[in-house]
Amino acid sequence: MNVMDTRATSAMLYLDGVHVSFDGFHAINNLSLTLAPGEMRAIIGPNGAGKTTMMDIITGKTKPDEGTVLFDGVTDLTRLDETRIAELGIGRKFQKPTVFESQTVQDNLLLALNVDHSVKGTLFWRGSKAESERIDKVLETIRLTESRNRLAGSLSHGQKQWLEIGMLLAQDPKLLLVDEPVAGMTDVETHLTAELLKEINKTHTVMVVEHDMTFVRELGVKVTCLHEGTVLAEGTIDQVSSNERVIEVYLGR
Amino acid sequence: MTPHMLTRSLDRGATVFLLVVAALGVLIPLSNLLLPAGSFLQVPTYLVALWGKYVCYAILALAIDLIWGYCGILSLGHGAFFALGGYAMGMYLMRQIGTRGVYGNPILPDFMVFLNYSKLPWYWYGFDMFWFAALMVLVVPGLLAFCFGWLAFRSRVTGVYLSIITQAMTYALLLAFFRNDFGFGGNNGLTDFKDILGFNVQAEGTRAALFALSCLALILGFLICRAIVSSKLGKVLIAVRDAESRTRFLGYRVESYKLFVFTVSACMAGVAGALYVPQVGIINPSEFAPGNSIEAVIWVAVGGRGTLVGAALGAVVVNYAKTFFTSGMLAPYWLFMLGALFILVTLLLPKGIVGTFNAWWASSQEKRPAETTVSAAAEDGVSEPKMAEEAQ
Repeated sequence: MNVMDTRATSAMLYLDGVHVSFDGFHAINNLSLTLAPGEMRAIIGPNGAGKTTMMDIITGKTKPDEGTVLFDGVTDLTRLDETRIAELGIGRKFQKPTVFESQTVQDNLLLALNVDHSVKGTLFWRGSKAESERIDKVLETIRLTESRNRLAGSLSHGQKQWLEIGMLLAQDPKLLLVDEPVAGMTDVETHLTAELLKEINKTHTVMVVEHDMTFVRELGVKVTCLHEGTVLAEGTIDQVSSNERVIEVYLGR
Repeated sequence: MTPHMLTRSLDRGATVFLLVVAALGVLIPLSNLLLPAGSFLQVPTYLVALWGKYVCYAILALAIDLIWGYCGILSLGHGAFFALGGYAMGMYLMRQIGTRGVYGNPILPDFMVFLNYSKLPWYWYGFDMFWFAALMVLVVPGLLAFCFGWLAFRSRVTGVYLSIITQAMTYALLLAFFRNDFGFGGNNGLTDFKDILGFNVQAEGTRAALFALSCLALILGFLICRAIVSSKLGKVLIAVRDAESRTRFLGYRVESYKLFVFTVSACMAGVAGALYVPQVGIINPSEFAPGNSIEAVIWVAVGGRGTLVGAALGAVVVNYAKTFFTSGMLAPYWLFMLGALFILVTLLLPKGIVGTFNAWWASSQEKRPAETTVSAAAEDGVSEPKMAEEAQ
C-alpha cells in the first residue's frame, strides 16, 4: 500500500495497475495513467475499450479489483463512495446528458453549486448574492441566460449537454471528467464546446472522453488511446492517429 | 420554522387549501354544538366523527405524498406508522379507564386481567400520562422509520424492492399484534375508551374538539410539508426522485436525505393515527393490514402525486366514495370499484385530480401572454439556430 500521509505523486490523478472484471470479462486490464495538475487530456478508444468504466472507478461507482487510484497525490479513491469523491472535488458529466428535467435551468445549477450539502444546510438554506452571481456567470458561459426559467427537460439535446457542463462549472471541482460532451451536437455546437472546454481548462484539470476526432483535434491536447482496458498509445493526436496499432484497432484489421 | 420559510412556501393553491381546512375546522364543530339538533344547517355528531376520520386519512396521505411525490420512495407500509401512533394513543386511553373496566382493576386493562397478566408489562409504563403517550406517538413510528430507513437506504434498496419490504414490515407487525402474548390486546385490540384528558370521548363537545384538532394537525402537517418541499432540500428531494445517482455525483448524501424525509413522514403518519383512534373508538391489528397501506397510496395517486393538496383531497374523495358505496347495496363491489378507480386514474389522469387541474391552469395561463417560458414549443429547432447566430 502507498503511504497516505505524504504525497505519493505530484499528479492530480494517478492510476496504476488497475484491474476490473465483470463476471470474468476484463473491462480494465492493468491500466496506468497519470494526469498532471492543470492538464487537459483526451481519451479515445473503440467501443468497449473501458473509457466509461475508468470514469466509474475514478468517481467511486465501481470498485477496482486491484490497483492504485490516487487523487491529488494523497487520497486513495478506491476506498471512498460517490458522495465523498464529489465532495473532494471530482465532477463528472455523463455520456447521456443527465440533468434534472423537472426543475428549471437555474435550479439545476443551484443544486450543483459546491456549497453546504448537508440535510440541515439545505433545509434552512437562504439564497445569497454570491450564489446568484455565480449562477448568473455560469448561465452566461453556457449561453443559457435566456432559458434560465425553462424546465431543463424542455431544452434541446445540445443545450442539455451544455447545462450539464454548466453544472460541472457550478460544482467547481479540481478535476472534471467529461464523457462524450459533443455526442449528438451540431458542428457549430461542437466547435463552441471545444472553446468552452479550453476556457475551463485554464483553471481546472480536465479529462475528456470523446469519439469525435475533429473535436479531439480541435482541443489540441495530449491524447490517450485505450483498448481492451489498457493504454494502447499516448501522445499528440497526430502521433496517436498514425500509430499502426491504433489504426489496426479502429479499422479492425 | 422561520418566517421566510413560511412565506416562500405559500402559493395561491396552498393558501386556498389552508383557508378551506381552517374554515371547516371552525364551522363544523360550531354548527354541531350551537345549532339545534335537526336544524337544516346543523352537522350531526356522527358526521363530525366521520369527517374527523377523513381528516386523519388526509394527514396520512400528506405523509405519503411527501416521500412518494417528492422523493420517489413508494412506501406500501405507511399504515404501520399510522397504526403505531394509534396504538400509542390507545394505550393512553386504556390506562384512563381505570376501575371502570369490566374487571375493575385499577392498573391492568381488561384484556390483561382476562389473559391472567399478574402485572403491567414494562412497555406499558408511562402511558397513563398524556404527555408521555403524545411523545410516543411521534417517537415510536419515527424510531421504527429511522431504523428501517437507515438499513434500507444505506444498502441502496430502492424502487419495487423497497416497496416490497415495506409491505413485509407492516405484515410482520400485523402478525405480531395479533398475538395475545404480545401485550396489545391481540386481535381485539384496544377499545372501550372512556376519557381523554378528563373529557368523555363519546361526548359531543369532545368529538367536536377532536375534529377541530385534526384540522389543526392537517394544517400544521401541510405547512411542514410545504416548508420542506419549497426549501432547497425540496429541490434535492426532487433531484433524488428524478436522477438518484446524478445527485450522488454532485456530492449529496442521498441516504441522509431519504432518511430525514422518511422519518418526518412516519411521525406525521403517527400523529394521524393518534387522532384517528379516539374518534373511531378502537384500534386493532387490522390497521396494519397491507391493503390499508396500498389504499392510502391510491388516495394520493387519485388526488395527484407530488401536489400535497391533491393527496389530502384524494384521501377525502376516495373515503367519501367508500362510505357512500359500502353502505348501500353496492357494498360487495367496493373493492372492484377501488381497483377500477386506480386503473382509470392511472390511464386517464396520470397526474391525478389536482395535477391535471394544475397542468390545465398553467397552459391556459400561458396562452394569454405571447411569451413562452416553460413551454415545450421552444424545443429543438428554435434554439439551435440561435446558438449558430451567436457563434458568428
